[in-house]
Amino acid sequence: MFETLSHLALQQYWWIIISLLGAFLVFLMFVQGGQTLINTIGKSDIEKTMLINTLGRKWEFTFTTLVTFGGAFFASFPLFYSTSFGGAYWVWMIILFAFVIQAIAYEFRTRQNNVFGPKTYELFLFINGFIGTIFIGTAVATFFTGSPFSVNELNQSRWETPFHGLEAALNLHNLSLGLTVFFLARVLGLLYFMNSIDDESIFTRARKHLLYNAVPFVVFFLTFTIWLMLRDGFAVNPNTEEVFMEPFKYFNNLLTMPIVTILFLGGVVLVLWGIISSLITTNTSGIWFSGTGTILTVFSLLLLAGFNNTAFYPSTHGDMQSSLTIMNASSSHFTLTAMSYVSLLVPFVLGYIWHAWKSINNTKITKDEMSSDDIHIY
Amino acid sequence: MLESIDLTLINWSRAQFALTAMFHWLFVPLTLGLGFMVAFMETIYVKTGDPEWKKLTKFWMKLFGINFAIGVATGIILEFEFGTNWSNYSWFVGDIFGAPLAIEGIMAFFMESTFIAVMFFGWGKVSKKFHLTATWLTAIGANLSALWILVANAWMQNPKGMQFNPDTARNEMISFWNILFSESAVNKFLHTTTSGFVLAALFVMGISCWFLLKKRHILFAKRSIIISSVFGIIASLMLIGTGDSSARDVATTQPMKLAAMEALYTGKTQAPLIAIGLIGDSNDDPVTPESEEDFLFKIEIPNMLSYMAFLNVDAFVPGIKDLVLGNEAHGIMPYNEKIKRGYEAQQALKALKKAQKSDPETYKLIRAQFEDQQWINNYFKYFGYGNYYDPDPEQLEKNAFKLVPSVSLSFYAFHIMVGLGMHFLALFIVVLWLTFKNKIETKRFILWTAVWTIPLAYIASQSGWIVAEVGRQPWVIQDLMPAMSAVSQIDSSSVMITFWLFAITFVALAIAEVRIMVKQINIGPKEGGD
Ligand code: HDD
Ligand code: HEM
Ligand code: HEM
Repeated sequence: MFETLSHLALQQYWWIIISLLGAFLVFLMFVQGGQTLINTIGKSDIEKTMLINTLGRKWEFTFTTLVTFGGAFFASFPLFYSTSFGGAYWVWMIILFAFVIQAIAYEFRTRQNNVFGPKTYELFLFINGFIGTIFIGTAVATFFTGSPFSVNELNQSRWETPFHGLEAALNLHNLSLGLTVFFLARVLGLLYFMNSIDDESIFTRARKHLLYNAVPFVVFFLTFTIWLMLRDGFAVNPNTEEVFMEPFKYFNNLLTMPIVTILFLGGVVLVLWGIISSLITTNTSGIWFSGTGTILTVFSLLLLAGFNNTAFYPSTHGDMQSSLTIMNASSSHFTLTAMSYVSLLVPFVLGYIWHAWKSINNTKITKDEMSSDDIHIY
Repeated sequence: MLESIDLTLINWSRAQFALTAMFHWLFVPLTLGLGFMVAFMETIYVKTGDPEWKKLTKFWMKLFGINFAIGVATGIILEFEFGTNWSNYSWFVGDIFGAPLAIEGIMAFFMESTFIAVMFFGWGKVSKKFHLTATWLTAIGANLSALWILVANAWMQNPKGMQFNPDTARNEMISFWNILFSESAVNKFLHTTTSGFVLAALFVMGISCWFLLKKRHILFAKRSIIISSVFGIIASLMLIGTGDSSARDVATTQPMKLAAMEALYTGKTQAPLIAIGLIGDSNDDPVTPESEEDFLFKIEIPNMLSYMAFLNVDAFVPGIKDLVLGNEAHGIMPYNEKIKRGYEAQQALKALKKAQKSDPETYKLIRAQFEDQQWINNYFKYFGYGNYYDPDPEQLEKNAFKLVPSVSLSFYAFHIMVGLGMHFLALFIVVLWLTFKNKIETKRFILWTAVWTIPLAYIASQSGWIVAEVGRQPWVIQDLMPAMSAVSQIDSSSVMITFWLFAITFVALAIAEVRIMVKQINIGPKEGGD
């Protein structure tokens, strides 16, 4: 059935999948956000253990989504993978190290003879939460602000600054998204704690800190979004594939794609409602609203970056024509078709994930459980 | 031409990939095999309801978890590295190579990470049946992870099912099934996963024998020994069988690798297989036109190499020099000819790119060439050799010898792997026999041998990858792309820094992991099954 689709339709289909994976990834970074709050919310050892175990049942998920996001991006838009990973070397390496130390921290933290002591592993979790969110946010912002690279006629790329990606952090617009993601992840982490732990003092503290993190989140988010709406964007002429600057490009994209606008606005409202309802009532379902809202918002932002004749990975180094679009960076028609069949497995995967989680998550986490014998404690 | 290549960058990038891949591979095989063994044990527990089996299951499951975490931590490094360090490679073959990585994520990693959570956190929360299913699915998921990456690796060793598209300057997939079911992919998957089973069986058996030596957990240890030695015998037989067919596959697809594995300089019919050998130091790497076979000592099995490679004792097995210098009698094209043809193919691509904008007629003409099957088979097939071209024939001759991998490394790695494989099989049989005869506790020598075979299993397993990866040098994609054109253009100092960062991180992680593991083994299974 996918064979009959045009190459462009497949490219769009895959951009949608990549955007969805990215959206889920940002939502799931509540794990990273939570990791930066363990010492703030947990005052005693047992409380910290509860928090870590609450996150510990989900971290694999975020991690696997990151891995799959990378793999799917590689498979569907390999020129992006080679250009960005090979060029922005240091950014990706830093993100990589931040995730390597996370993956062992949970399993090793409370084991006897773990050499470095629990504090070190808690520090690893903190570093992962801090760097993982800010750097991924900053890297995604370059989808709108561009990067200094060029691609030659054999599609080999080179980076034009010696900083290999670190220069992206000097751009304030990029940083505003990095910090947005950071505070959003913390907000989501807090909402997740409130939802899944049955403990009075953790709940109260989390709620207090929800306000402290929601305010900077909203400020940075507005900064990023307003700036985005006002800036020039990298547009593509669909006939000649020529890239040129268009004033208010991203705002125009919103106007041209009303569905994306609806998703975006709906997402923002849901995120805010999740936060506000948790602040003014004792409701614990905020995570569901803010989580869904996050997915919708990030999804629509990524669609803005790639759809409507926009270059999703713009080149700013004089050579604008090197910019990557979903047309020139994608895999062949055959590969995208084959991959599209594989994508049919996704609903099935989501189904069993849902079923498995429901069956072990029925009960909230309590202090008693942390001292029981029959579970795997981190 | 070769002089202008930044060798420091290539070598640091290779060293970094080798370091990270080998470190990942320290943890993967145990995951592959232990998952199934835990699933067998839990199945027996669910069938019999005997809490002793639950205790067994949970003990090995805990070790599985410790090992698994670090396997995950190191796997993501490799995925990133394809982009960060081998970016030209990622474009040149991304159309084919990316797909298995993505499928692995969607199909295997999610399966594993979901059900491993049920396996660890689901005791007492989900039904016994569901828990057991989760354990099985975790094991299957782990092996599916192995499937896709091995398909990708096999494709690099024996590229199939694709066509070069000069417009995009990359290889594009034309048959998914040819890639998935190529002979190399099937062999690689079966041989590698069974090697994981063997390693895990040796791990379980070795630790159980240590309990017997310490006279602790006797019943527990004996049961574990039975499970592991039965599993080990079956897996060993499969391992040896698939290793044999891998060698046959290598003989046809990568004859240079086979010649290096056997340190065979001059080809032979009725070639003997070297069972044990010590290479003399007169044929130090790298190989030159003057290199000759030089063994300080060797024991040979007559005719065996010809038989193993081609199932025919009279078959001719080409040596390194036949392959480089050519051998007309056996229809082997010399490397300098391959280099010239590869160079021609590369020039054609350049000409095409030049004509693309300005000269549509010429462009069409060259474009047609890239679709002409005969030209593909005679010229494009050697595309990667073109990097070794030099207008000076003498220099070109010298360059041809740069296409020979390290002989001593390939030779020793191969022989260590095969020798240990035989040892493992024998050990499993002896231990199982003694356990049935109820004599195992008194045979301290055998018990200690089993304990000391655990590190040997890791050595065999690492050696296998050294054979596979070193033997194919300098190719990243056999005959199409040498490492020098695969590498990302970053300064070598950056790669050097990350290399050392990885090295330090790995040492720290390895120390922590081993100490935790040893402690958990020392604590042993808990009474009551918890
Ligand atoms: C416990 C580990 C172990 C043991 C005992 C063996 N192998 Fe092995 N071997 C591997 C673990 C391994 C591996 C790590 O899984 C490799 C690396 C790449 C691969 O496909 O499997 C491998 C590769 C590998 C290759 C290279 C394949 C290629 O380059 O594509 C050959 C020819 C053999 N093996 C042959 C054998 C034979 C004839 C054995 C007889 C006993 C044997 N191996 C035992
Ligand atoms: C996990 C087990 C593996 C080990 C121990 C291993 C080992 C090595 C070693 C030692 C090298 C360097 C060779 C040299 O410099 O002479 C290398 C290179 C490489 N391997 Fe592997 N490898 C493994 C798996 C894989 C897999 C599964 C793939 C692909 C899917 C792969 C792809 C590569 C690439 C791209 C290079 C770099 C280019 C090169 O120098 O050839 N390796 N590997
Ligand atoms: C160079 C090639 C390789 C890459 C890029 C790679 C990638 C990865 C990644 C990203 C993970 C973490 C998965 C997670 O998030 O859960 C992982 C884990 C794992 N890999 Fe590798 N890997 C490579 C080589 C291999 C080989 C050669 C095998 C087996 C034959 C293998 C089998 C596994 C297994 C069993 C795990 C355990 C954890 C899991 O499945 O989640 N990998 N690998």
